[in-house]
Amino acid sequence: MIKRETETGAEAKIWSALETIPDPEIPVLSIVDLGIVRKVSITENGEPAITITATYTGCPAMDMIAIEIRMKLAATGYKQVTLINAISPAWTTDWMSEEGKQKLKEYGIAPPNSKQQVCDQNLFAEADAVQCPQCNSYNTYRISEFGSTACKALYQCNNCKEPFDYFKCH
Amino acid sequence: MSKHLTDFILHLADSTLILGQRNGEWCGHGPVLEQDIAITNITLDLIGQARSLYQYAAKLINEVSKLSESEVPPAEGFKAASEDTLAYLRTEREFKNFLLVEQPNSDWGQTILRQFLFSTWQYYLYQQLKEKGSDTTLAAIAEKSLKEISYHVRWSGEWVIRLGDGTAESKKRMAHAIQELWPYTGELFLPAPYEKVAEVDFDKLKPAWFKKVSDVFNEATLLVPQHVYMHTGGKTGTHTEHLGYMLAELQYMQRSFPGCEW
Repeated sequence: MIKRETETGAEAKIWSALETIPDPEIPVLSIVDLGIVRKVSITENGEPAITITATYTGCPAMDMIAIEIRMKLAATGYKQVTLINAISPAWTTDWMSEEGKQKLKEYGIAPPNSKQQVCDQNLFAEADAVQCPQCNSYNTYRISEFGSTACKALYQCNNCKEPFDYFKCH
Repeated sequence: MSKHLTDFILHLADSTLILGQRNGEWCGHGPVLEQDIAITNITLDLIGQARSLYQYAAKLINEVSKLSESEVPPAEGFKAASEDTLAYLRTEREFKNFLLVEQPNSDWGQTILRQFLFSTWQYYLYQQLKEKGSDTTLAAIAEKSLKEISYHVRWSGEWVIRLGDGTAESKKRMAHAIQELWPYTGELFLPAPYEKVAEVDFDKLKPAWFKKVSDVFNEATLLVPQHVYMHTGGKTGTHTEHLGYMLAELQYMQRSFPGCEW
C-alpha cells in the first residue's frame, strides 16, 4: 500500500475519487487497492498530476485505466489532468492494500502470499502453498504458472475440487 | 544523445518484439490449453517490454531531432518518432533483432528451446543493465522486465528438461531443435559497434549463459553442440529470409493506412 504524504484537501478528494475506479480486469479491486496509483499532486496552476505504474509491462488495461481516470476526474471538476507513467520503482504485490487482499479473497481469487516465501528461481521449485479462497484449505496444487491475466496463476483445491486463480507474488 | 545508444535500445526492442510476434502465432494452437495460455502470457510480457524500450528510443530520437532541427520526418502521417513508427515503419535492414528470434516456430520443442536460449540471455544481460544503472531509464526497464523474465526462464527451462528427458520422440525432437537453433546463438555474444556505449560485459555474459544452458541440457540428457558454424548479421540488419515475411504481416496496416487508429 502506498504511504501518502500529508495531503491537501484537494489531493484527498482526488484520492477518494480514484478509489472508486475499478480495475478493468479485476473489478472487485480499485486501482488504488492494487497499488497502480503511486502519487497524486496538484500543479502550480491547480491541475492534478497523477503518477501510475503498470503491474506487468504488457498489461493491456493501462490505456483503459488512463481513460477511466480522466473521465472520473472530469466528473469531479478537473478537466485538465496530467498522467505520468512511471516504470520505477517496479510494481510489486507488496503494494496491495490489506483491504484489497480481503476483497480479492471474497471475490474468489487467492490473494498474493507475502513476498518472502515465494519467487523461487529454481527449476521445478515447489509451488507456493496457496490457500483455497472457497474452503480455506492449503491442500491445493498449481495447474499452471500462467493464468487468465499476466498477474495470475491457475490453482485447484484438492479438498473442495474448485479451480481458482491465484494473484501471484511479484 | 548518441546514435549508438538508440541503436542498442532498438536492438533490445526489436528482439523482444519479433520473438513476441513469433510466439503469438501459437495463440489458439498450443498443445494444451494451459500451455497455450502460458506462451501467450509470455508474449504479452515481451511486447510490453518492447513497448517500454521503443518509447524510450523514440524519446531520445525526438530530443535529437529537436536539438539539431534536422529534417528527420519519421514518416508520412506521423509528427514525430513514437513506439508505433519504430515498430511499424522501419524496414528489414533497419531491424536489429537476433536471427534466433525470427526463426520459424516449427514444433513446440523448437519454440520452447528458442524461448529458453533467449530468456536466459535476456536474464543475464538485464542483470548487468540493472546493476550498472548508469542509464537510469534502461536500468528501470531492466529491473521491471527481470521480474517477468524470471518466470520465462523457469518455465522454458522446465520444458526443455521435460521434453529432453521425456519419451524417445520428444528427445529426438529436442535434439533436432538444438541442431536447428544452436548456429544462431553465437550472435548473442558477438558485440555490435553500438554495444560499446552500453558497456555490455560479454566476458561475463557468455559464461553465465553457457553454464545455465549446459546445466539444463545436462539434466535434460541433451548434448551441448561443439564447433558449430555460427550465423551472424541480425544485430546489424542482415537477416534471414524469414524476417521480411514477418514484417509484411506485422506492418501491413500502418503501411497501407499511415497513422490509422481504432
